[in-house]
Amino acid sequence: MARSFPPEDPLLHGASRDAKPSGKKRRSLWSRLFLTLFSMRLDKSGHRLYVAMLAFMVVFGAISWKLATLANLPDEASTKIFQPDQIAKARPDIVDRNGIVLATDLKTDSVYAEPRRLIDKDEAVELITAVLPDVDARELREKFTKKKGFVWIKRRISPKEREEIFRLGLPGIGFAPESKRIYPNGTAAAHILGGAGVDNNGIAGIEKYIDGQGLSDLAGAGLAAQPADLTPVKLTLDLRVQHALRDELMKGMDKYKAKAVGGMVIDVTTGEVIALASLPDFDPNIPGDALDPDKINRVIVGTYEMGSTFKALTLAMALDSGKETINSQLDARSDLRYGKYTIGDFHPTHRILTVPEVFIHSSNIGTAKMALAVGVDGHKAFLKKMGQLDRLHTELPESAEPQVPKYWSELTTVTVAYGHGLAVAPIQAVMAVCALVNGGNMMPPTFLPRSQEQADAMSVKVIKPETSEAMRYLMRLNAANKLGTAGKADIDGYFVGGKTGTANKNFHGHYDASKVFTTFMAIAPADKPKYLFMTIMDEPQAVQGTFGFQTAGWNAGPVTGAVIERTAAFLDMPKRFDPPAAPFPTMVKLGAWGTK
Amino acid sequence: MNSRLDRNPIADWWWTIDRALFVLIVLLMVTGIVLGLAGSPPVAERLGLPTFHFVIRQAENLVPAFLVMFLTSFLTPRAVRRTALIVFVAGMGLVVAALLFGVEVKGAKRWINFAGIALQPSEFVKPAFVILIAWAFSEGGRRNDVPGNFLGFFLLFATIVPLVLQPDIGQTMLISMVWVSLVFLSGLHLFWVFGLGGIGFGGLFAAYKLLPHVADRIDRFRNPATGDTFQVDNAVQSFVEGGWFGKGPGEGTIKRILPDSHTDFVFAVTAEEFGVIACLALLSVFAIVVLRGLYLARKSEEPFCRLASAGLVILFGIQASINMAVNVHLMPAKGMTLPFISYGGSSLISLGLGMGFLLAVTRKRPRADYVDRFRAEDDE
Repeated sequence: MARSFPPEDPLLHGASRDAKPSGKKRRSLWSRLFLTLFSMRLDKSGHRLYVAMLAFMVVFGAISWKLATLANLPDEASTKIFQPDQIAKARPDIVDRNGIVLATDLKTDSVYAEPRRLIDKDEAVELITAVLPDVDARELREKFTKKKGFVWIKRRISPKEREEIFRLGLPGIGFAPESKRIYPNGTAAAHILGGAGVDNNGIAGIEKYIDGQGLSDLAGAGLAAQPADLTPVKLTLDLRVQHALRDELMKGMDKYKAKAVGGMVIDVTTGEVIALASLPDFDPNIPGDALDPDKINRVIVGTYEMGSTFKALTLAMALDSGKETINSQLDARSDLRYGKYTIGDFHPTHRILTVPEVFIHSSNIGTAKMALAVGVDGHKAFLKKMGQLDRLHTELPESAEPQVPKYWSELTTVTVAYGHGLAVAPIQAVMAVCALVNGGNMMPPTFLPRSQEQADAMSVKVIKPETSEAMRYLMRLNAANKLGTAGKADIDGYFVGGKTGTANKNFHGHYDASKVFTTFMAIAPADKPKYLFMTIMDEPQAVQGTFGFQTAGWNAGPVTGAVIERTAAFLDMPKRFDPPAAPFPTMVKLGAWGTK
Repeated sequence: MNSRLDRNPIADWWWTIDRALFVLIVLLMVTGIVLGLAGSPPVAERLGLPTFHFVIRQAENLVPAFLVMFLTSFLTPRAVRRTALIVFVAGMGLVVAALLFGVEVKGAKRWINFAGIALQPSEFVKPAFVILIAWAFSEGGRRNDVPGNFLGFFLLFATIVPLVLQPDIGQTMLISMVWVSLVFLSGLHLFWVFGLGGIGFGGLFAAYKLLPHVADRIDRFRNPATGDTFQVDNAVQSFVEGGWFGKGPGEGTIKRILPDSHTDFVFAVTAEEFGVIACLALLSVFAIVVLRGLYLARKSEEPFCRLASAGLVILFGIQASINMAVNVHLMPAKGMTLPFISYGGSSLISLGLGMGFLLAVTRKRPRADYVDRFRAEDDE
């Protein structure tokens, strides 16, 4: 660019000329050093100017580079206002088996702020809290001073509130359409539906199951923003039956002053759960209401010693194994002594009993002897086959591991035979009893529709059909015979069969005779069962009319009876005025006790 | 306009000044008004002033600024030196007066009211200081009988001590950096260059240790989590949201929350409304002015003119670079205006003076003109 300067240029060379040892004068090393260090060499300025140019080019280049980088950054604030997981996504409706809506989405608006865009934070806080008095001003101010691009002010405001905030005309305040989950039936099927959180994620029950089926992925990908885009999820529940069940359980809980009750209606041929309730329950519309530990779903999450209900399993095992027949005789004359333990009967008979008598008198001694006849290994294998030793999974995310004794002795077999020492979830016992009465086909209960073909395809044969007939016969006998314990559930015209169960509650290894857990399982109609009704009651009390009894036949039994009577019409179970002609042909042929 | 045959002063001026520099400076002046239209209304509204208050004020100040530049550019180097000396002495007097009697604004005494006009005298000191240093070093390098180097050192301390007392770390830094550049360009032994670099860093370290607000700013730059980086965050957000092409004039929103959108952060507002393309164009203008100035300095054979033009252009370039670097968050926040673009009356007139000096010392002159003069002086 510039021409080079001749070194002898006097103007630019003044100092260096002087610095040279001119003449003969000898200069000391120090003075030369002094001159070198302190002299201005203007002749050097040319090269040094190039250095300055280079420095500026570097600086300007760096700024340009940074500018380009910033320009290429994705503009988060204006293109992506929300984190996708922040906004409540749409959920499919949940309907019962008849298409009645159990859960649906309501469109609401949520108000948010983009603190970076707020011009006057104090003014914004003041105006917003004036419209939304329940928003804490201090908290809001804190949110606004955070260095965040996005904060919620309040989720799900009313249209009126939205309008008022809109009219404030504050920049940096916006509204996001959100879905709010609504359960129009309130508590009716709370435990099955579960609930959805503030971001409309399923947090429990079927709601959580739906999320697990890929709803989250769909919504995350920007699809399925509208509930209309989503196919409703149809459950096996019948809201009418559900409501009746819950209502009767509620009445029963009040009447018998029970701590908690639970109940279930299930289609024994397909495993479809028609109704399931556990009280106390919660309202899924109220956030946090489900968190009370007393409000757990006792039918699925609770594990209990099922008491005499388990005798049905023991008898079925004994009959199916061939060790006993329906006409076998069992000696119940004296208590069964086992080490330091004595096993007696609640309704002692002190005589030799036939198998049906063991069942209807609910003889612990007779049942224990049958189990001992099969043996510990056979007993364990049978319970394993019946799904009583493993955790049962349904569609609901909730489940409970059965409490299986770590060490299984003969005494264990004796007590488990009549339902003590092994705690299972009630739904687990229901599954087993269904198999006992439906011809021997076991399948897990389900909350999603299952056709008969699907049920047949997935079911496992666990007992012989003859054994199943015997079990039906025994359960019917238990309800029909005046000596049986299930008489209170024998609703006329439905040919009900049933089995009671009363277990003393175990507190820290000791059974408390005054505190019981009662169960009742009823099948209808007993000749060709379609439904199983179950009721469980935690610590029911002896009240007026129960003659001091707190056993299942006096509380869970009548409640189940009331449920059957009330729901039969919905369940397509016409009342039969004449009993079936030949309900148990094999039993008659064998001449079982009670057939005459 | 003027024929080269005309010998009237205007024609002479037109044909001897560096027209490229002149045109670019005028371009910057006009750009300043245009960008002021974008950056200043939010501030004016916030202060309850008419929307275009700052734009109008800037345009009003541009008239004296241009006149100062125009008139100064006529001066001969000798007249430049004399003017600079007068301006420097007067300026320093006012700086000291501001220290003693000035109004405290945002914790610093920088302003003095002079006949109803608020002046920031340190602005006027800057170009005059550069000229005086160039003068001292060019004399010191050329002649042994003038204690040029000593004067150069003395001037630096005389200038920055009052500035540190104000305190005005930005101006102090700027003046020190220009001074070091001039020492470097004067051909002082590299030993000193590095030594002074060390002193500079030492000074910065001392400022970091002794002045809490400096420490605070540097900490915030190094670790944004330690404090409020509101301004810089918003500035950076302006570039991101503006993107390459901007949101369009008047469409900016971040400028409403940038406290100094009309002064220190006008570059960010430019990005938000006109895009990074416009920023790059603006940056190019500054770069061309700086490189052109340094090129002219390189071409100049007269030591004073060379040092003076280089010093003035370095002052201008460093100020622009620091402002832009702060805006894009390459540097800790430092109150530094963008020459001609940021609002500020004193700054504008001071820039007019500086650019006038620059045009004056880069004017083409016959070589014999000054050689003879110096010879004559030498012979005295």
